[in-house]
Amino acid sequence: MAPLPFLGVSLASAAAVYGAGIAVGNEYLYFASYTVAQYIVLATAWNILGGYTGYVNFGTAGFFAVGAYTSVVLHKTVNLPLLIMIPVGGLVCAVLGLAMGYLTLRLRGVFFAIATLAMAIVLHTLVVNWSFVGGARGAYIIRPREVMFFASYSEYLFAVMLLLAALAVAIARWVERSRLGRGLAAIRDDEIAAECSGVPTLKLKLVATTLSGFLMGIAGAPFPYYVSYVDPAGAFNLAYGVNSIAMPLIGGMSSWVGPLIGALLLGTLQQVATVTISSAANLLLVGVLLVVFVTVAPNGIVGLLQKVRGQSGARKKQNG
Amino acid sequence: MDVTLNLLINAIVAGILLGGFYAAVSIGISISFGMLDIVNIAHPTFIILGSFIAYIVNLHMGVDPILVTFLLSPAFFALGVGMYSWYYVAFERRGREALSGLAFFFGILFIGEVALLLVFGVDYRTVNAPYIGPTLEWGAFNLPLRLFVPFLVSVGMVIAVQLFMTRTFTGRCILAVSQNQMALQLMGANPQRIKAIAFGLSIATAAVAGAFLIIIQPIEPSIGREYIGRVFAVCVLGGMGSIPGTLLAAIILGVAESFTATFYGPSWAPAVSFGILLLTLAIRPAGLLGR
Repeated sequence: MAPLPFLGVSLASAAAVYGAGIAVGNEYLYFASYTVAQYIVLATAWNILGGYTGYVNFGTAGFFAVGAYTSVVLHKTVNLPLLIMIPVGGLVCAVLGLAMGYLTLRLRGVFFAIATLAMAIVLHTLVVNWSFVGGARGAYIIRPREVMFFASYSEYLFAVMLLLAALAVAIARWVERSRLGRGLAAIRDDEIAAECSGVPTLKLKLVATTLSGFLMGIAGAPFPYYVSYVDPAGAFNLAYGVNSIAMPLIGGMSSWVGPLIGALLLGTLQQVATVTISSAANLLLVGVLLVVFVTVAPNGIVGLLQKVRGQSGARKKQNG
Repeated sequence: MDVTLNLLINAIVAGILLGGFYAAVSIGISISFGMLDIVNIAHPTFIILGSFIAYIVNLHMGVDPILVTFLLSPAFFALGVGMYSWYYVAFERRGREALSGLAFFFGILFIGEVALLLVFGVDYRTVNAPYIGPTLEWGAFNLPLRLFVPFLVSVGMVIAVQLFMTRTFTGRCILAVSQNQMALQLMGANPQRIKAIAFGLSIATAAVAGAFLIIIQPIEPSIGREYIGRVFAVCVLGGMGSIPGTLLAAIILGVAESFTATFYGPSWAPAVSFGILLLTLAIRPAGLLGR
């Protein structure tokens, strides 16, 4: 399917989910689905760099929080509508991703991984010391009382995040099948060979970090409105970093389907576990699943399915 | 004497003492990351585990925390050997250590932190030892014993590791495996066995560093995160795998953090290590004493 019709399908699925959501009309359902949709955006964004290019980003929480705090700053200064704040948050994170990549990507990949994790911790320190956005105490965001066309503000946020998820998945699929995606795959498989064959590796890696950063930023931008109170500990929560790695790994990293499956499965499971068990236990669950999957099924659920299909296909060939 | 000068001298002294402690924290990473190329991002988790074990034994039996972790270091060594065997079978042998191996250690970091959180909660814990309260004073010159004792033991440990690496057969094998694994294999040594020993050693040093940590400051499970930036900054600044470099870099980081805390406020200290890490990567990726 060409990119544009796929975008149509993707948006139509988001609209169908939205339709089903308002048919039920439960505020908690909006709240939970928003989280799952947010993880679709984060996991897809992580996968553009991690899955397609093979560079691990531990600092998702940092990018997410920068997106969120960009909204806080805009809210306190000019108070733009949410739909304008989202691309602004995305752009700020895109610049951050570019700078990060420029400083570390010329070295071995592992330095990038360590630097992203350290960056998240330092940005956390900066925000804690920045009293304009509330410092360690956090900041309250007052939601607009009503929005046009929507029954409530949570319903509106739910719709916005579904739209972003649909866009992110369509962008990831487009990247995967474009010249850019093939270049990134060449870098992942053998960076030196790719460089020798004339793939502009540094340039492509920088495009990937910038795009990935942008998508993480747009996932974070509506966050202050979603929780209506942001503090550094919440926005920089390491859980975002772990989840955005665990979801593509569990789903499968080689295509856009993997992060989507992983986010839907793990995101839903976490929502259920948070309600029924406790939020600390559900984080433990994510960690254990991550370790089990990287050890036992490194190609994720998609890889397992392909294996099963490959085996049954081979059997058919033998029989017939 | 001038007040600012007093502050300055005490900041330098505190920084050097802190740096000795950072050397103990980072030497394990210099072995695992610097020499074996295993990006053990969960290293601080093992440090915190060491702290909590020292805490429990100290609370119930009153044993000195440093002594506890030294006595328990064979157990941590075995834990490290086991971890490496898992890592080798699952990742290194299949050539997937770059991405899956990183994700694996990130998962371990998270499991360790949440598990400790479920057992001990978020309360800050401390230990008791005779040297924790008192401070030696010479006029304006302060020497807090709770920093000085870990500093001495830590420097001793770093020297011992350096002697082990350069003077013993096994130690030289570890250096050899970090330089050329194939060549070592051709000389008839088993690189997996050597790497397992080295990784075990790195986890054993983490346990001892854990005792220093709980002596120096009260701890809670998620405090380990602050040390991720520090250990890697020290390892990279010192030069990958260089043990004298680790000590030098740790003291530089300690002094830099102590200055920042004294003159700008302690809430800025975590940013120092990252600044040093990024500067090193941008200006001199080989580090100070790197090959």
